Amino acid sequence: MTSRRQFVTQTAAAATLLAFPMVGRSQPAPVKVGVIHPVTGALAYSGQQCRAGALLAIEEINKAGGIKSLGGALIEPILADAQSQPAVGAAEIEKLNEAGVCSVVGAFASAICLATTQAAAKYNLPHVVDVGVADLIVQRGLTNTFRFGPGYTSVAELAVTNLAELNKSAGNPAKTVMIIHEESLFGSGTANLLQKSLPQVGFEVVDVIKHANPTRDFNNIVLRMKSLNPDIVIPANYYNEYALLVRTMQQQKVKPKAIYSVLGGAASSYKFIKEFPDASSGIIDCNHWYNPKNPRSQDLKKRAQAMGLFFSYELFMTYTAMTLLADSIDRAKSVDREAILQALMSSTFSSHIMPYGPTQFINGQNIGGRPLMTQVLNNDIKVILPIEYREAQPLFPLKS
Amino acid sequence: MFDFSILFASVLNGLTSGAVYALVALGLTLIYGVLHIINFAHGAALMVAMYGVYELYSKLGIDPYVALPFLVLGMFLLGYALQRVIINHASHGKDENILLVTLGLAIVLENLALLFFKSDTRTIDTAYSLTTIAIGPAFIALPKLIAFAGALVVSAILMLLVSGTDLGRAIRAISKEKQGAKLMGIHVEHIYAMSFGIGLACLGAAACFLLPTYYVNPQVGSGFVLIAFTIVVLGGMGSFSGALIGGLLIGVVESLGGLYLGESLGQIGIFIIFIVVLLFRPQGLFGARA
Amino acid sequence: MKSLLGIAALAIGVGLLPLFVESGVWINFVMMTLYAALLAQAWNILGGFGGQFSFGHALFFGFGAYTQAIAQLQWGFNPWVALTMAGFVSGAVGLGVGALTFRYGLKGSYFALVTLAFAEVFRILAVSVPFTGAGVGMMIPLKESVSNLQFESRVGFMYVILGLLVAAMLVTWWLQNSKFGAYLQAVRDNEYAAQAIGVNPFRVKLGAIALSGAFMGWAGAFYLQVFQYIDPSIAFGPHTSVEALVAAIVGGLGTLWGPLLGALALHLLSDLTRNLFGSLPGINMVIYGSMLIVIVMFLPRGIAGIGLSVTRLWRGKRG
Repeated sequence: MTSRRQFVTQTAAAATLLAFPMVGRSQPAPVKVGVIHPVTGALAYSGQQCRAGALLAIEEINKAGGIKSLGGALIEPILADAQSQPAVGAAEIEKLNEAGVCSVVGAFASAICLATTQAAAKYNLPHVVDVGVADLIVQRGLTNTFRFGPGYTSVAELAVTNLAELNKSAGNPAKTVMIIHEESLFGSGTANLLQKSLPQVGFEVVDVIKHANPTRDFNNIVLRMKSLNPDIVIPANYYNEYALLVRTMQQQKVKPKAIYSVLGGAASSYKFIKEFPDASSGIIDCNHWYNPKNPRSQDLKKRAQAMGLFFSYELFMTYTAMTLLADSIDRAKSVDREAILQALMSSTFSSHIMPYGPTQFINGQNIGGRPLMTQVLNNDIKVILPIEYREAQPLFPLKS
Repeated sequence: MFDFSILFASVLNGLTSGAVYALVALGLTLIYGVLHIINFAHGAALMVAMYGVYELYSKLGIDPYVALPFLVLGMFLLGYALQRVIINHASHGKDENILLVTLGLAIVLENLALLFFKSDTRTIDTAYSLTTIAIGPAFIALPKLIAFAGALVVSAILMLLVSGTDLGRAIRAISKEKQGAKLMGIHVEHIYAMSFGIGLACLGAAACFLLPTYYVNPQVGSGFVLIAFTIVVLGGMGSFSGALIGGLLIGVVESLGGLYLGESLGQIGIFIIFIVVLLFRPQGLFGARA
Repeated sequence: MKSLLGIAALAIGVGLLPLFVESGVWINFVMMTLYAALLAQAWNILGGFGGQFSFGHALFFGFGAYTQAIAQLQWGFNPWVALTMAGFVSGAVGLGVGALTFRYGLKGSYFALVTLAFAEVFRILAVSVPFTGAGVGMMIPLKESVSNLQFESRVGFMYVILGLLVAAMLVTWWLQNSKFGAYLQAVRDNEYAAQAIGVNPFRVKLGAIALSGAFMGWAGAFYLQVFQYIDPSIAFGPHTSVEALVAAIVGGLGTLWGPLLGALALHLLSDLTRNLFGSLPGINMVIYGSMLIVIVMFLPRGIAGIGLSVTRLWRGKRG
């Protein structure tokens, strides 16, 4: 099919935009890596942010001399669009496989990741999952699937522990909690977990509200909030709905003791605080975050912002996934898929910008992965927990 | 379960949301009533209008309400052109083809927006975006009240247009009896295009009322399509007063449904009404029996 | 007779394909095209032959997919048994919806919109009840074996979908050559006239929607087996409804080969455009949408319509 040749040439052309200019000497064959994301359709924004993260990583690695153990071979990204549909993602994996990629990074959304990892497994193609927080992804016994970041179970558990800690150190001002979540896999899964574990640390869940994607209006939910008056509001949803919810709360003058989100769509988003400085003030999030003490993360942030991009979790998660992969290819000393799989399985990758514990993959999940708690303070996002990464004192509760 | 102040606020809120839905539905019902086509591109057109409002505000600092006449005119011209140049020619008059053409248009518009504006969500922050007015025990956002009043005004203007002007008479003639209208010398193609244009012009107004409290991204239109169809059916296909009252009603149903059943399950109320109306009173509240 | 030979040729042709083609890309492409063709063929039974356009065919798709999932996960049925059940459940849903809507005489746009509403109602219900996994969706565990209806390579799935499509095409052939089919098309063309000559439109349309629903349900069950995960928006969302009707219309309404031709054309188009201009996402879909409009503009009777016009021209010249 000519489309394959076209698509390889197009993406190769894209790759040469980033490849470090060669200086005369003979260059070893480039290492082809598939980069698959939903860059069109409903998830386009996140998909494009992820892709940007991958390309930033590749640019950096190539500039630093490529894959050292392969004689300085440069990484060549083969880009693919999952069009926000699992079936398309799976079809693109077939193309990536035939284009000769040695491994794949992608595909942001859990539903799409389920399809792409499974399609890749047929060819023993290593697939690093960049975001996709559903636990299902690493529970199918697929040996080709690796997720560096935490899944929503571990994020939710830590969120609950941290909330209890925050509450205790402020003298336990908060007792009641209201959970507001989006209706699909991520929101429902997270809410289910929170609903079960919060009572175990002494909180009363007064209501769990599910909403659609998209939701045009949050006034009813905020009205319920007014009537139930929970101490803490816990949103677990995507950017648009999160922003609407918080703005509506501001409009209706509803001020809980804390807005504490778990994997909140806009809670730790530079875009959100720039556009809504008042509504976002004081919001706490338990979410993917970079290591604030690592100068390389500040560096990456600057590079992203110089390109006019917001430094969002999609960007640094995929960036990190790509650096993990590059490290594994280097340790494998080859582009053989099995070798790379083995390298990933035994990886102890530590030169990354995430605040994780020691890297160890068990059944494809890096058990060192964990979220951080951040809070929007003085129009900036600061890490408040765990203590070793704290950048500012948490403000809890927001009002006494 | 809920005390009066909550219910009151919920109903008021439903009315204000419903007014904007009504505006969207007004355009759809006109297009259906006259051209007998189900415009799949309606949501995408709303999105185009909203980007128009956004650009005027962010690039030229023009307030959405001030921009209203420009948006209305701009969307009218767009609608006229689309119908005259593309939809009319492509469909060869067959219903199923018109469907495909409007679907194709929707895809093209959505992805052109993706190309030009990228995929991130845009919002505007006007001085009054967060102002609320107290009505009894409820706080209603000012932009929503303005939207409510605006929708009433626009519907009134539309109804006057259709009943009082020559254009309106021509529109009504064509929707009732196309061949007869042609024989009377009415230029059918032109009137079709005018109707489509007016239909899209309503979206221009709706966009101006929506953006102060909502947001825009390439997919934003699709969230309004189903609900607009429901209102058109409830009100009666081709009836303006039906679209207005239907819109307000649906807004309240959505709001109360959301309050009692939760925002996710609550949406079901809208579609149950849709089905019940279609089964037992397909002409809707105000439509003429086919 | 010629059509039957054609269907047999298709079955044999695709059946032998894996002997000559090893490329995963191609096998996957063929599999997804046949799948889209099944969606379109199912829709065509009600839409093309019955003249009742449904905008919510995903309703049947979703029922098929969830039946497949629930039967395996919660009732422990073998996937092949579940597959059979899926078709019957969706067919029954078709009967239910048909009984309600045709009894009240819904036609044309009203019928189209009510099917849309039904699909949306069940999507919302599926999100809300734990029985369907609510928003989390349902996933069948990976266990590749023929008896488990899961295959290591796409070839196995390709044969399954080929079988389902051939069945649908045989039913379509039967519609073109049977009394029932004649009644159905008579009702489509002029319901009152058909009634006048003694056809029972209600029963005929009911039969069509049941058949149409059943095949759509099988497509849904197939989807689950291939991708192993389903959630309310994949199952009942507008995407599948639109895919079915677009392919059927582009291919040619009320024809035997229309759905397959439409599915093939659209898949080729989408595949070719998908990775053009990789650095500017969106252009590919602009081209896709524009091509859709262009196809309709120049082929108002669909792709199969070209064949019809050509044969008519040919016969006309000789005649």
